[in-house]
Amino acid sequence: MDILYKIFIDPFMQMGGAPDLLVQTLWEGLVAGMLYALIALGFVLIFKASGVFNFAQGIMVVFAALTLVGVYDLLRGAGVPSGWLAAYLALAIALGVMGILAFAVERVVLRPLVNQPDIILFMATFGLTYFLIGFGEFVFGGNPKRMIAGELNLPSGAVEFKMAGGFVAMQKIDIAAVLIVSVMVAGLSFFFQRTRIGRALRAVADSHKAALSVGISLEQIWVVVWFAAGIVALTTGIMWGARSEVSFSLQIIALKALPVLILGGFTSIPGAIVGGLIIGIGEKLGEFYWGPLLGSGIESWLAYFIALLFLLFRPQGLFGEKIIERI
Amino acid sequence: MLGLRNIKTTMIAAALVAGTVATSPPATAQESIYVPLFTYRTGPFSGSGIYIAEGMRDYLEMLNQRDGGIGGVKLALEECETGYDTKKGLECYEAVKDKKPVVINPWSTGITLPLIPRAAVDKVPVLSMAYGLSAAAIGDTFPWIFNPPATYWDGASMILNYIGEKEGGIDKLKGKTIGYIYLDAGFGKEPIPLLEQLAKDYGYTLKLYPVAATEMQNQSSQWLNVRRDRPDYMIMYGWGALQPTAVKEAVKINYPMDKFVSIWWASEDDAAAGGPQSKGFKVLNWHAVGDNLPAIADIKKHVTDKNLTQTDKSHIGKVLYNRGIYNSMLIAEGIRNAQKLSGKKVITGEDMRRGLETLNIDAARYKEMGLEGFAGPVKLTCADHNGHFATYMQEWDGSKYVKVSGDLKASMDKVSPLMNAAAKEYTEKAGSWPKRTEACDKAS
Amino acid sequence: MLYREAGQFKTNYVDDQAVFPIRQDRIGIAVILAVAFVGIPLFGSDFFISAVMVPLLVFSLAAIGLNILTGYTGLLSLGTGGFMGVGAFACYKLTTIFPDVNIIIWILVSGFFSCGIGILFGLPSLRIKGFYLAVATLSAQFFLDWAFVRIPWLVNNNTSGAIEVPSRYLFGMPITGPMAQPEVRYLVVLSIVALLTLIASNLVHGRIGRSWMAVRDMDLAAELIGIRLYRTKLLAFAVSSYYCGVAGALMVFLWYGSAEPAVFGIDQSFFILFMVIIGGLGSLVGSFFGAALIYGMPIILKAIVGLVGLQISPATVEHLTFMAVGGLIILFLIIEPAGLARLWQVGKQKLRVWPFPY
Repeated sequence: MDILYKIFIDPFMQMGGAPDLLVQTLWEGLVAGMLYALIALGFVLIFKASGVFNFAQGIMVVFAALTLVGVYDLLRGAGVPSGWLAAYLALAIALGVMGILAFAVERVVLRPLVNQPDIILFMATFGLTYFLIGFGEFVFGGNPKRMIAGELNLPSGAVEFKMAGGFVAMQKIDIAAVLIVSVMVAGLSFFFQRTRIGRALRAVADSHKAALSVGISLEQIWVVVWFAAGIVALTTGIMWGARSEVSFSLQIIALKALPVLILGGFTSIPGAIVGGLIIGIGEKLGEFYWGPLLGSGIESWLAYFIALLFLLFRPQGLFGEKIIERI
Repeated sequence: MLGLRNIKTTMIAAALVAGTVATSPPATAQESIYVPLFTYRTGPFSGSGIYIAEGMRDYLEMLNQRDGGIGGVKLALEECETGYDTKKGLECYEAVKDKKPVVINPWSTGITLPLIPRAAVDKVPVLSMAYGLSAAAIGDTFPWIFNPPATYWDGASMILNYIGEKEGGIDKLKGKTIGYIYLDAGFGKEPIPLLEQLAKDYGYTLKLYPVAATEMQNQSSQWLNVRRDRPDYMIMYGWGALQPTAVKEAVKINYPMDKFVSIWWASEDDAAAGGPQSKGFKVLNWHAVGDNLPAIADIKKHVTDKNLTQTDKSHIGKVLYNRGIYNSMLIAEGIRNAQKLSGKKVITGEDMRRGLETLNIDAARYKEMGLEGFAGPVKLTCADHNGHFATYMQEWDGSKYVKVSGDLKASMDKVSPLMNAAAKEYTEKAGSWPKRTEACDKAS
Repeated sequence: MLYREAGQFKTNYVDDQAVFPIRQDRIGIAVILAVAFVGIPLFGSDFFISAVMVPLLVFSLAAIGLNILTGYTGLLSLGTGGFMGVGAFACYKLTTIFPDVNIIIWILVSGFFSCGIGILFGLPSLRIKGFYLAVATLSAQFFLDWAFVRIPWLVNNNTSGAIEVPSRYLFGMPITGPMAQPEVRYLVVLSIVALLTLIASNLVHGRIGRSWMAVRDMDLAAELIGIRLYRTKLLAFAVSSYYCGVAGALMVFLWYGSAEPAVFGIDQSFFILFMVIIGGLGSLVGSFFGAALIYGMPIILKAIVGLVGLQISPATVEHLTFMAVGGLIILFLIIEPAGLARLWQVGKQKLRVWPFPY
């Protein structure tokens, strides 16, 4: 009886007893969820357009952030006064580097491997991951770096308001993250729904052959989606780097995007967002209210279990396309 | 087809190389002492590892440059990159074993554990400075393992004693809540039995906040729990990215930073991560910070200024850089001692074991080394390979660490029973643990 | 000339289903076994035996395990590290509870525990496919990781939280623990790996293996010709986890000597997956090639740097190794997406017609 009470009644009593903590937990979940969604978005973009399950998205996050911070340091070394000018210059250069990376990936990895089974392309992105780890450390060094959030005019500090005897604190950087992610998602959706290249991309996703036969250039599309994924990675890197630091352990966070993906479906942009929110809020609530029953720290696998449960009922994710099998 | 031929040639080349790896004899010059340094300048923990690697190497390199080694024998230094990965660490161990190393510094608890039983068989002392298996401090059971100057259990006891001191007496801990945030691995879990035991003895409530290695940069739930439980003090046993993230999160929930105490692994970068609000963050330490010592000036003169190292000059004098120096100082003193004891110039691992066992570094010796006031005296005995020496508390003032306490001693009456029990348990579980046969030298 | 099958006729089905139907293959395998059992222990240095050969064999076994699941049955799994851990922890518990039973028996038995866990996490495989399944197996990985750290009973409440391998003997010779000679450990590992490889080879060539491949090629069609999907898939999970579990036990008992739970992390799973894909999906010999390439490549690269005598720091070597490994993975995939096993086949084909290419 006691255990049932602890599972089914006590957590809700706590929620009612301290609504400020509940709101705070929900907010933390929302922020984490948005950031998971952002990483997942990077996966979705590439999977949609080329069927590649891009394992390198995690390391792209680190690489983009490292490039930004590393270039900023270089610029300062070269005499550009530190501050917003150098920061935005570094941002532009980092974007350029992600563009070059997209181009190189298409040339060196994707083009020679066109028409290979999915698992081979998946494996190739592992190769890319290894390469980027080595390259990033080689160029910028392996030591963790501070994200130049202040220089990029990202806000710091917190907004606090009182609530039911307690307080809820929202970090301004988190608020900014939520806003930026929302704008990015809206922008990307618009891009893929309304523009010519977006429509071409959806055509490619439906069928490579058909798209080719109506004159869509696969190469161009791939460069575009990898670049878009690079921009997404850079944004993720800035946001997550500001929450913690820019280091290679950041790539582990990217694994958190995987349950988001299976929940939302590999091919759906709204799916990534909804999935991210469910996972983010679900795991924070689970960890906060039910975690202590199991000795805490259940966050590392809880997300996967939530996703697995959904999957048993919808094997293609919430928003994924239904798989039709023919013999 | 061209590609295929290329592959074949590569494979043949690879096979050839593999063959040479398999058969090539270890290449060490006779007239040098081989000191392998296990380091990690890469991987997820490189943030802490780089400083240590730099400090360790630079000090020994300085001895080579300035004095021509130790006792007239050059030190053959070789770094082996472990990436904090047990697999690579063991590969490093196998690779250096045949070259007759005098000492191994694994710099990872995960690598230390497999080496503990091997050390006695391979006759190579293992110096796991203030990490690894705490129970290995008992020299009668673990003659080949050295872990001065203090164990993780000592650390926990010292932190509690410090808190007690601040509260005005250890009995004031009664009724307090103490939170413990830690890396959810062997290292972080080790102090828990002691903290639990002391909770009973002192009457405080212990709250545990484990952080999985995969969640190091995602700690908001843990800190929400902290906010709910409102512990009076927080103790942290972290490493790598766990530490800056924890400091940031603590600042975020407005946790009073002067009540946030870390074991000795937090660096300047970790404290600085929280911005100006992290002022007051406390870390245990046992050696001086800063570069205001003659030996460090020598490092600059003989090593860094001559570009004999890849050390970033801004790292010199930082906590973990100096920690590396301390580690190398123990090695150097061990070698010097071993040379004195054995009368040989080129010593072996066995000699080194004797040298470390009779280590006795007092204030006068520190002065001779150009490290006056660097750290407290170290004196090891056959029975005690750790010393359980005092540490002090340092506080982050916004730009550097400043010393804020006198000597902190561990309550050995609490720690010893646990340590003895752990050592006994370890040997019992090992099946047949060899009795100590190594003779005990008189301290020099 | 050298590798000619002409004239070797089979007169019944049993012969035709033999593991090595061709005489030259039998000779070849005998030579390899002779080198492995006699040559290497006699002439290999300690470093070669304990830091190259033992890990290689352990990883090969784990790769065979994953290959049965991913290569033969087409079910992508990222939980290998976790299943290896189950084997290792089970073996530790068994040998500490019953210290008198020979450790080799416990190593082989520990696989069955991992087998059970494998079946449990294989249950969703009927409904979930492809990358979705891969991510589902990740839940096994993370959950097991957490369990290994969190259940102190698994490590007998050791304060270090790690498996501390006790000394165990075979015919009075230590085979685990610090006193065990590298050669002895190597021979034990080699015997177990050789035995299990033989069994795997029989499995995949027989009825079970064929039903696995039918499921891989198209599960719907396989169901229509009367293969029971659920059973076949779960059997693949069971056998695969058994192999991984034994590999995990071997890894800790005969190689590491002590292991923290972190050893069985997600990295390990990816590492084994690399081996399987690079070696060749659906090929046992490929598993060995893959393990040799992925595990051996960094060692060889380091050795090359050492031989050439380049004055670069170990950290830089590590960075370059990462870049080279990444680059080589991509290069191999481009040259031969079907893996090293396919190159092997091509090589054999060449030998068959040599010296007349037509």
